[in-house]
Amino acid sequence: MLTFPGSLDDVDAARAVRLAGGEPVALWHADHDLKDVDAVVLPGGFSYGDYLRAGAIAARAPLMQDVVERARQGMPVLGICNGFQVLCEAGLLPGALTRNRHLHFRNRDQVLVVERADTAWTGDYTDGQRIVIPVKNGEGRYVGSPADLDRLEGEGRVVFRYADGNPNGSSRDIAGVTSENGRVVGLMPHPEHAVEDLTGPSTDGLGFFTSVLKQVVTA
Amino acid sequence: MSQLDTVEIAAKTPDDEQPWAELGLKDDEYLRIRDILGRRPTTAELAMYSVMWSEHCSYKSSKVHLRQFGDLPKSEALLVGIGENAGVVDVGDGYAVTFKVESHNHPSYVEPYQGAATGVGGIVRDILTMGARPVAVMDSLRFGPADALDTARVLPGVVAGVGGYGNCLGLPNIGGELLFDATYAGNPLVNALCVGVMKHEDVRLAKAEGVGNKVILFGARTGGDGIGGVSVLASETFDDEGPAKRPSVQVGDPFTEKLLIEACLEIFGQDLVTGIQDLGGAGLSCATSELASAGTGGMHVDLDAVPLRDSTLTPAEILMSESQERMCAIVEPAKVDDFLAVCRKWDVLATVIGEVTEGDRLTVDWHGERIIDVPPRTVAHEGPVYERPMQRPADLDDLQADDAANLPRPQTGAELQAQWLAVLSSPDGADKTWVTEQYDRYVRGNTVLAQPEDAGVVRIDEESNRGIALALDGNARFARLDPYAGAQLNLAEAYRNVAVSGATPLAVTNCLNFGSPEEPEVMWQFAEAVRGLADGCRELGLPVTGGNVSLYNQTGDVPINPTPVIGVLGVHEDVRTRIPGGWRADGETVLLLGETRPEFGGSAWASVVHGHLGGRPPRVDLAAERTLGELLAALGRDGLVTSAHDLADGGLAQTVAESALRHGVGARLRLDGDPFTALFSESAARAVVTTADAAAVRAAAEQAGVMVTELGTTGGDSLTVDGLLELGLAELRAAWTATLPALFGSPEVAVGSVPAGAVPTS
Repeated sequence: MLTFPGSLDDVDAARAVRLAGGEPVALWHADHDLKDVDAVVLPGGFSYGDYLRAGAIAARAPLMQDVVERARQGMPVLGICNGFQVLCEAGLLPGALTRNRHLHFRNRDQVLVVERADTAWTGDYTDGQRIVIPVKNGEGRYVGSPADLDRLEGEGRVVFRYADGNPNGSSRDIAGVTSENGRVVGLMPHPEHAVEDLTGPSTDGLGFFTSVLKQVVTA
Repeated sequence: MSQLDTVEIAAKTPDDEQPWAELGLKDDEYLRIRDILGRRPTTAELAMYSVMWSEHCSYKSSKVHLRQFGDLPKSEALLVGIGENAGVVDVGDGYAVTFKVESHNHPSYVEPYQGAATGVGGIVRDILTMGARPVAVMDSLRFGPADALDTARVLPGVVAGVGGYGNCLGLPNIGGELLFDATYAGNPLVNALCVGVMKHEDVRLAKAEGVGNKVILFGARTGGDGIGGVSVLASETFDDEGPAKRPSVQVGDPFTEKLLIEACLEIFGQDLVTGIQDLGGAGLSCATSELASAGTGGMHVDLDAVPLRDSTLTPAEILMSESQERMCAIVEPAKVDDFLAVCRKWDVLATVIGEVTEGDRLTVDWHGERIIDVPPRTVAHEGPVYERPMQRPADLDDLQADDAANLPRPQTGAELQAQWLAVLSSPDGADKTWVTEQYDRYVRGNTVLAQPEDAGVVRIDEESNRGIALALDGNARFARLDPYAGAQLNLAEAYRNVAVSGATPLAVTNCLNFGSPEEPEVMWQFAEAVRGLADGCRELGLPVTGGNVSLYNQTGDVPINPTPVIGVLGVHEDVRTRIPGGWRADGETVLLLGETRPEFGGSAWASVVHGHLGGRPPRVDLAAERTLGELLAALGRDGLVTSAHDLADGGLAQTVAESALRHGVGARLRLDGDPFTALFSESAARAVVTTADAAAVRAAAEQAGVMVTELGTTGGDSLTVDGLLELGLAELRAAWTATLPALFGSPEVAVGSVPAGAVPTS
């Protein structure tokens, strides 16, 4: 669980890992110490105030160099919202996230369709499954050139698409994408806010964390 | 002024002309400062007194009335009362909760985004200052007519500002109000609430004690924004002739505030401070004088040490600047290094700017010269106090005689249906998703209920599931018709909103928004509202933990309707038994709890359908509120009801429509007696519940002495009133959701639509 200055959903993501049966480990952006973790979650928030561009400064934090290196070796990494922005800025995932087309911050319970149930973070879902998890962002509109998007779709790297309405104007309803090896996943919606009946619109988000735990146990 | 005005020079030049009137001081106030100091004040001292003696900081017009809150019987739950940055309440299991509402009305009119954003920032720092981790915010907003051009300028900026700041801080927004009235044109109300949680032993106070202890200023650098904001903005009425006031509004940086929160909590955790105060209105003037005044009295500050954003600021400007995201701490010398280390970790700038001294003088030096030498108590706590003249408004008798019961009523089912839709789709009654989806309600993962529920509910302990409930209410139409009853009705509504969630109400806060205290009729409204609130709290056995007064809310001669916004805090021993608001299942019995009388004065129906405000507000019955609240808590604890929603603006018509639309479950209802009264009366102390065990609810209600009326059964895709009308939920939803997007822009045109509440939940 990597905390940058301005990270907000780090406590939520740690809770989700705990509820899934894992042990969350706090990582600090300024240290060069990954503490032998098996997987990394980059939580949502406004790292460094989203100054410059959302995620741009965090992508250059000392610990992110270690994360990039380990991710290229196959360590599972999940970027949620601001974490997704950081992964795109760090070059681990393709594309970019820009201001929502309608220019408003938007928080709603969102239907997603799972398109890839074979990544490190989605093994507990099925292809085509519809899940409901909250989305909340001001800069969540996924964009890329038509050629890049064609290639991405051709390679099957779109993991989630928005259904029943696109909350931010993302190209081709793309909500989340993965790396070539399926180990790194980034998405704008917040699975860590859908892990308890008491506080979430569903418990559909828990599958992210149970999926990766199975991965690291069997690895 | 080219030459520095020092204490020494001031003593030698008693006859120098000083701009006290321009700084908002009255003749006798200026003379009193000269009397206190035994000389004329220096320029810096004059600046300090002028901001601290402004209405906003000194409460000089309201103080004599607010004393009634302090005179309420002591509550066992109250750990820290009025006078600190925010009151602190015991919520059990060793937890303490602090909560407070504050206005940022005038800045939000001048610069909507920054005015609203820094309103949130300010109240969050107040909560942080008490030693608590802020856990949620709420906002209570009022604007001029929804279709007025200026509302289209102010509202989107205010909403974006509240959201922008709160979202970036990582605080869930769990509820609030959005209302419109012509009296707020040119004077919108932006009231923000923050609530924080701590353990009993972690409570911090704002006082400077221990000679030799260091004064540390930390957070953002001091700049030229917000200078004189307090006296210029908060204490003057807007008029057409005034100069542009934009430079007086502060600019917020929520990222810095987020770091400040984390740094402060770590500093508290390591027990590194003896006193702490945030810098809000009147900036460093306020923080230093209040800390010194509440402590032993002596403090010295070297103003040259203050880190600046703008090196050209004069010492008076540095003292008055309201630059945001700053705090002031009193730290023992042995702990200074540790304190600075925590600040470094969080990239927070921290500077020792002075120390606690012997004696009872606050002294400030600039470039080695003494520019301030004052008794801090006279600045912070012993400012002027006025017993302003009061007079019952001359038009009140006529207004009360103009009874809304005499208005033409709907005669047919079709008319009833049309008026139902009109109330539901009015800007006050319409779906607020346009606003609330700009706020993060999920962050921190403890939000159990949030808008559009009657109360926000937050879990504070994941092991025990202990939690709190909060509601904010301020019906100004009732207060205009009768400010004493109006304040009590607002208290009753907030109490009821907390109670329908199943919580036990525990404490009260308030934000009292009124016109100019220099108008005797406004002063009478204010005094009546305070008296009503104090009497109401006494009857309900609830303490007032603090509050905020915002006066001079008028444009030209026209004051706003008196708007006492009341916040009630409740406790849930187990948030898992909370009662949500919407109908979820078919085949459940719909019951009305409480008694309905023909009461239409100040109602939403009279306002929307007839543009009418007159008569008497509904009868206040706090004993009935209390009984209803206790019944709802018991029903929630025993799991006997599946939903509960209070009745307020728009009466039963509004309540059943909202309940049905929440999850798209309709109902077939039967209204005995006069259906118009049943639907549109706004009698207090009522709630609608649904249950699968009507007999048990009926028995519990009868035992409690609460009247029960069976309204019908849930199910279907319409709201049907037997023999009268049938409203399809699709039609209702279309009317309810279209209003705000039509007024303030519909982003859905670009990106496709998901109707509010239509997303299935599992």
